[in-house]
Amino acid sequence: MQIIKLIYRNTLRHKLRTFLTILGLTIAILAFGLLRTVVSAWYAGVEASSASRLITRNAISLVFMLPSSYKEKIRQIEGVQTVSWGNWFGGVYIDEKNFFPNFAVDPKTYLELYPEYALTPEEEKAFLIDRKGFIAGRKVVERFGWKVGDTVTLRGTIFPGNWDFVLRGIYKGKYRTTDETQFFFHWEYLNESMKKTSLRRADQPGFFIAGVKDPDQAAEVAARIDASFKNSVTETLTETEKAFQMGFVSMTEAIVIAIQLVSFVVIIIIMAVVANTMAMSARERTGEYAVFKTLGFGKWHIAGLIFGESFFITMTGCALGILATFPAAKAFGDAMSAFLPIFHVSAKTIYLGILASVIVAVVAAIIPAWRSVNIRIAEGLRKIT
Amino acid sequence: MENKNPLVILRDVCKTYRRGSQTIPVLQDINLEINEGDFIALMGPSGSGKSTLLNLIAGIDKADCGSITIGGVDITTLSETELARWRGLHVGFIFQFYNLIPVLTAYENIELPLLLSDLSKKERREHVEMTLEMVSLSDRSEHFPSQLSGGQQQRVAIARAVVTDPTILVADEPTGDLDRVSAAEILGLMERLNTQLSKTIIMVTHDPRAAEKARIIRHLDKGYLNADHKTYL
Repeated sequence: MQIIKLIYRNTLRHKLRTFLTILGLTIAILAFGLLRTVVSAWYAGVEASSASRLITRNAISLVFMLPSSYKEKIRQIEGVQTVSWGNWFGGVYIDEKNFFPNFAVDPKTYLELYPEYALTPEEEKAFLIDRKGFIAGRKVVERFGWKVGDTVTLRGTIFPGNWDFVLRGIYKGKYRTTDETQFFFHWEYLNESMKKTSLRRADQPGFFIAGVKDPDQAAEVAARIDASFKNSVTETLTETEKAFQMGFVSMTEAIVIAIQLVSFVVIIIIMAVVANTMAMSARERTGEYAVFKTLGFGKWHIAGLIFGESFFITMTGCALGILATFPAAKAFGDAMSAFLPIFHVSAKTIYLGILASVIVAVVAAIIPAWRSVNIRIAEGLRKIT
Repeated sequence: MENKNPLVILRDVCKTYRRGSQTIPVLQDINLEINEGDFIALMGPSGSGKSTLLNLIAGIDKADCGSITIGGVDITTLSETELARWRGLHVGFIFQFYNLIPVLTAYENIELPLLLSDLSKKERREHVEMTLEMVSLSDRSEHFPSQLSGGQQQRVAIARAVVTDPTILVADEPTGDLDRVSAAEILGLMERLNTQLSKTIIMVTHDPRAAEKARIIRHLDKGYLNADHKTYL
């Protein structure tokens, strides 16, 4: 207890230096937490993927469509339970800066395959029966202040024209990783319009989603789907939802790696700052450590004082940094919700922050402790005089 | 005095320091016996090796040759860890500049060596309070060193040195940083420790007035302990 008291008082001996070091640590841990959360947010789509869903698309590229007749063939393939389909709509709400993902989907099958988009039975029923109806995630609805029954107009970019939709339901994510920024409307609405305005683009979904009976058989089912369209005019590429999402992430992998590197560089910089603080503290107290040794305190006691002080400073900064991460992540997530819809500080990020702080504390104290422990008492006492 | 068993026995002790490629002899052929209950002053000019000799006896430095036996233990054979434990049990050190820990109160500074013992908190409190009383600083127990005068700080340092009831007390210029009045107080206190509590004290000093308080005075010159010595009985 006395030793802890001594560590505490030693820490506060140079209040400004300690305050600045703790402030630096707080900012570093905050930056580390935010950067790691950005990386996690990048992979959120992958994390939220279901193992029981397969995505089938045109083998050449995602920009090419598939015949809608494929849905029946896919449905008949062994291992497939449900088939849904849809198109990336790419509509703009008022201004391009108001980005949110919007899709034309087959509502009934789509909601069967995505039970994580939770609607009330009334909302679901209202959506299913209104061909001009749409549902949207809680975040996007809050962002634009929509209310159920409001008409929302999207300007088509892939499918030209102004498209009016009526909000029939607001879905909430069942899990923390569920994206609540999406907008879904009836594929039939899109298709009927295409039949009238651009017939050659009608009956062409951009993708099929197959729900498999047994997730362990997903790879075999995917192979069966692709095999059944082999040598046809439009060959398919089927992969698990996770692999499909990873395809998007891998396009920006260099950015993700850069963010990860920066997060570790922040820790290395703060390690140097804490090491400098500890080196200065230990150097100033060389004489006192010699007195401790004279009184009979051993090497472990001296090392304990230095490591204790390093831990005290580092873990205080760590705790403050972690506490600051939550409101900062909330503010950052709100500001970036269009691009990073899932922005939650994960437990793993917190653990990594704590681990990084422990490493900083240990590394920063090693050299000062080593020097203080090994200095001869007589030499240490001379430092006082 | 001849009837007493020597508590401290130094045989052919030598010590050299290295400065680059140069070897500087500091102590040579030191043979010394100090009896239990003695108060010995080591005197000599600067650089004569008195502080080094004191450090060797206190086990805070290692001799290059010879043996130093204190209370039957040859401390030159002890490892660093054993030596640290031995110092904690058997040596009380009084420094010229007091060397109190500035962030600890007088009470906590005195308690410091007791933290290495098996004493309970209550027992430690009893020891510290008794020692504080002995150095007449009971009313200053919660004061930090910066709130005490030089003389008071040195009394705290003496209390810290004796609180474990060590076998020997070593003092390196204990009055070197004090005014005359404070120095007299400290010397009086050390004298009482010797006469009333039979503490064995080895003191290094430049000050002849301080040395007069000791019962034996030995002189060091250029690393050699002079044969002549004064004994006041």
